[in-house]
Amino acid sequence: MERQVPHFREELEALQGRLLEMGGLAEERVRAAVQGLVSREAALFEKVLLGDEPINQLHIEIDNRCFRLLALHQPMATDLRAIVAAVKINTDLERVGDLAVNIAEAGKRYISHPPVKKLIDIPQMGEIAQAMLRDALDAFVKRDTALAHQVLNEDDRLDSLKTQVFRDLLTHMLNDQSTVEPALDLILVSRHLERIGDHATNVAEDVIFMVSALDVRHHGPAPVED
Amino acid sequence: MSTASRPLASLGALASAARRDTTDPNAPCKIEVDNLNFFYGAKRALEDISIKIQPHVVTAFIGPSGCGKSTFLRTLNRMNDIIPGTRVEGRVLIDGQDIYAPGVDVVSLRRRVGMVFQKSNPFPKSVFENIAYGLRINGMAGNKSELAGRVEESLKQAALWDEVKDRLHESALAMSGGQQQRLCIARALAVRPDILLMDEPASALDPIATQRIEELVYDLKKTYTIVIVTHNMQQAARVSDRTAFFWLGRLVEYDRTEKIFTAPAEKLTEDYVTGRFG
Repeated sequence: MERQVPHFREELEALQGRLLEMGGLAEERVRAAVQGLVSREAALFEKVLLGDEPINQLHIEIDNRCFRLLALHQPMATDLRAIVAAVKINTDLERVGDLAVNIAEAGKRYISHPPVKKLIDIPQMGEIAQAMLRDALDAFVKRDTALAHQVLNEDDRLDSLKTQVFRDLLTHMLNDQSTVEPALDLILVSRHLERIGDHATNVAEDVIFMVSALDVRHHGPAPVED
Repeated sequence: MSTASRPLASLGALASAARRDTTDPNAPCKIEVDNLNFFYGAKRALEDISIKIQPHVVTAFIGPSGCGKSTFLRTLNRMNDIIPGTRVEGRVLIDGQDIYAPGVDVVSLRRRVGMVFQKSNPFPKSVFENIAYGLRINGMAGNKSELAGRVEESLKQAALWDEVKDRLHESALAMSGGQQQRLCIARALAVRPDILLMDEPASALDPIATQRIEELVYDLKKTYTIVIVTHNMQQAARVSDRTAFFWLGRLVEYDRTEKIFTAPAEKLTEDYVTGRFG
């Protein structure tokens, strides 16, 4: 029998809804920032920069909801893990929003120069990072640990692509000094996308902890200590 | 933008974002108490209590044993009048009328301000008669079908109807403790009060029965103004919109429940809610 009263359940569901909304906004910002870079559209970057405020507002609101639920309902077991996970996921999603802003800022600088090269790996990184984020949030909603584990596995692809981008751009910079500035911005973008993957990974780890009480961070699966 | 640049670090700021408080600041007070003092003989049990309670709000009174919270609750429908040697100073206004003014009909007052006690106290009668009795003595029974309708309505409001509808004429004393307490709530609701006072209504119940009472309180506030005394701080946190902390007969702090449990203004309150005393 559940200990908590039904209106607590309603508040938990509302919390989950707001987290998903925030995840959707963050994912959209990443998509727009990468698209702006590929299509060299300054308007998309402005959209990303303006779009950070709603994410920031949600960040505060979600923290307040978690704080209130912890203080007033003293949740236990799954409920406790769900709220602690929500606090951490909230921070990760806000950071994703910030990284989208960083990509947009680097993108604005980048398109003020001639293109260094045709962008192939960076859009691919963008797609992987967005998919990881989407899957991590799906796993959160569906309490799906298998999907969360898939997200963890995807992170290696992003890391490899980031290394590849760096090597590729290093070659361009060594061959043509005029490309140093825009190439550095592209390296920064790849770094930001790789970090977005890390945040999606954090979300997936939190989902696994929330559902199964297993802490898979750092050293792989291990039962939570009593 | 990182969190460090925001006022998030302040717990007070977090608490101020409450959405749970249903208080309408412009609504007239349902209960207004001015400088209330209460004496058991020469002993002053309540000191200069002033408080305003809005309609359709659940207010919890918390504090250590002997702090005066139950005594104060009982001043709100003059239940202390039946204790010899007690005396009240100050005013208690309900809908603007002083309930201690000369000529106040106490029976009528207690119909408007119902009460549920710590220990359920059903009459040794059937479930039906437990509800019908109050309606009859208050001249609210009407004809047979009207009476049956009011009994059903009250039992439904107390979330008990489905459990007892097939045994309305069996003894109320055969019910479980939690059911008896909800019957007492139904009995209080039958005479259509405005205010429901609850004195530790779940302290004698198991966790499941307690949960049902708590959820009932949450639902009933749409219709009633509820004041609940509880020694269980977690219960106060779960069910109430506003909380008043009493200590040694004084009202130390009265604020939104969220504020009391996350960022109380007074150190005494902080010490009590964090379990440092009491």
